[in-house]
Amino acid sequence: MANLASVSKTRKFSSRNSSLGDKIFDIIIYVVLTLLMVVTLYPFINTLAVSLNAAADSMKGGIHLLPRQFSLENYKFVFNENTVYNATLISVLRSVIGTIVTVFASAMVAYTISRPEYVLRKFVTIAFIITMYINGGLIPNFLLIRDLGLLDTFAVYILPGIIGVFNLIIIRSFIEQLPDSILESARIDGAGDFRTFVNIVLPLCLPVLATVALFSTVSQWNSWFDVFLYNSSNEHLSTLQYELQKILQNSNTTSSAESGFANSGAGDSMKVSPLSIRATMTIVASVPMIIIYPFLQKYFVKGMTVGGVKG
Amino acid sequence: MDNNATLTTSPSTLEKKPTGLKLFFTRLLQQRMLVLMSIPFVIWLVIFKYVPIWGWTIAFQDYQPGLKFSEQQWVGFKHFKILFTDETFSDQFLRAVRNTLAMSGINLILGFVSAITLALLLNEVRKVAFKRVVQTVSYLPHFISWVVAAGIIQTTLAPDGVINELLKWIGVIDKGQEYLFLGKAEWFWGIFGASSVWKDIGWNTIVYLAAISSIDPAQYEAAEMDGAGRLRRMWYITLPGIKPVVIVLLIMNIGYLMESGFEPQYLLGNGMNVDYSENIDIFVLKYGLQQFNFPLATAAGMFKTVVSFILLFSANHIAKRMGQERLF
Repeated sequence: MANLASVSKTRKFSSRNSSLGDKIFDIIIYVVLTLLMVVTLYPFINTLAVSLNAAADSMKGGIHLLPRQFSLENYKFVFNENTVYNATLISVLRSVIGTIVTVFASAMVAYTISRPEYVLRKFVTIAFIITMYINGGLIPNFLLIRDLGLLDTFAVYILPGIIGVFNLIIIRSFIEQLPDSILESARIDGAGDFRTFVNIVLPLCLPVLATVALFSTVSQWNSWFDVFLYNSSNEHLSTLQYELQKILQNSNTTSSAESGFANSGAGDSMKVSPLSIRATMTIVASVPMIIIYPFLQKYFVKGMTVGGVKG
Repeated sequence: MDNNATLTTSPSTLEKKPTGLKLFFTRLLQQRMLVLMSIPFVIWLVIFKYVPIWGWTIAFQDYQPGLKFSEQQWVGFKHFKILFTDETFSDQFLRAVRNTLAMSGINLILGFVSAITLALLLNEVRKVAFKRVVQTVSYLPHFISWVVAAGIIQTTLAPDGVINELLKWIGVIDKGQEYLFLGKAEWFWGIFGASSVWKDIGWNTIVYLAAISSIDPAQYEAAEMDGAGRLRRMWYITLPGIKPVVIVLLIMNIGYLMESGFEPQYLLGNGMNVDYSENIDIFVLKYGLQQFNFPLATAAGMFKTVVSFILLFSANHIAKRMGQERLF
């Protein structure tokens, strides 16, 4: 009886509150959040509109949400360039290969340091964790890559980043939460550690591996600094992000000492312009990640909360 | 030796027994598969993460690229002295240190305040669909590169960009008075802070929203029965509820004060705002790889890492002493 009374009392309160104060509160929240969405989305929609607009017309300005003179010329031009075609290929390759290597290697090491009986468990764990606190820095890293003969190679995109300590920790936490009985039964069946890892642990870890794969793909796709640092003299190993960075750099400095694709729009002024090429490249360089992340939302949310708070 | 016995032997008893070392190797042999699965990556770790730390020796030499390690001339702390006292370098280096601390400080405060505010607002949204849409949209900028973000920010802040148009529209400035935002050096920290918030506000709410969702709903019901409105419930229940998470993250982030980032400053920086945009990482790049002064640049990088290490270690220690879970 008392319960019932309190419930009805609650209802009364909330209905009375929601009359004015709550409504104003609600309106403020909706306005603020809508503004946030506009501020977040507008630049992308605007860039998309410019990239889909005829270049000569874009120069007049005043394009906001929709293209004024719809045209696919910018995209045709960009993809007719061998540089962009090749850069897309390298970007895709490094994202795919880098992710596969990272996921497999991180999961394997994470499995070994999750085994309580492993005698080197502490040693391996600490060896990895120390590198979170201390790193050689830019110059020693550059000299190492140079001495290893990795300058101007594709391998430089993959090798230095095989295992991230953060990834290692979240996979290990995940494996430790798996029921012991499953691993034990595999052991009784006579499966060795590698077979247990491949046949049982990997499939069970799919959710956390999806998280790691997403983080790895995004960081591979988005990185440009290693291209700039190690491979800037080799055009065949350039990536989309680095091509875009060169375009931005060029439109920043008025002196166009650097030539090549970044400036090539200027000559063909009827069809394309630096402005429209820049917008088009921005879209090409960001759309793949924008398309995949909403589908993996539940995975990265989980990964962030497991790794970020508990470790 | 049977399997069970080896599994239950603890390390402490291992050392006391005379057969300890032998037992260790017996177990190592039994666990050779685990060793094979992990040790190659420890070797990788040594090459790619520990060898560069050995590279710090360059900071104590007058490094000549052509010479062998044994032939290099050792000069002690000469390059560190240059960083802090030499007329030509110390001004720029100390400026870089100031810019690093200022920008990471701004980032820390703005990042926390904005993300917590957004998490509180999202928590008050009753329409689930609307909440989901806002969340998904707010994560978007985290998934684009700083190159793309810098391009967007430059376009937005350009004299013919949308911010100037907006200022003209509300009448703050007239036509012809457009601001060259990225050309005003003293505005750079603010622009950097705003850009970082724009890029990561949504992403940073994830942790807070998870913390909010673990608050016991009974507390809200009790407060509601006592007549507390939504603002009061936010203030007295939600905020205290996420306090532990906020404190741990705050302490951990103080550990990263020397890491103000590299990409936004490098990509948005230019000759006009260099006094406020150049941080330690850019200083290292400039003197190391553009002017080939390897020892000086390594010394600057080493200084950063050592200070970072001390900060991180203390932060971790404080978090542990406060009874919160450490990050590691």
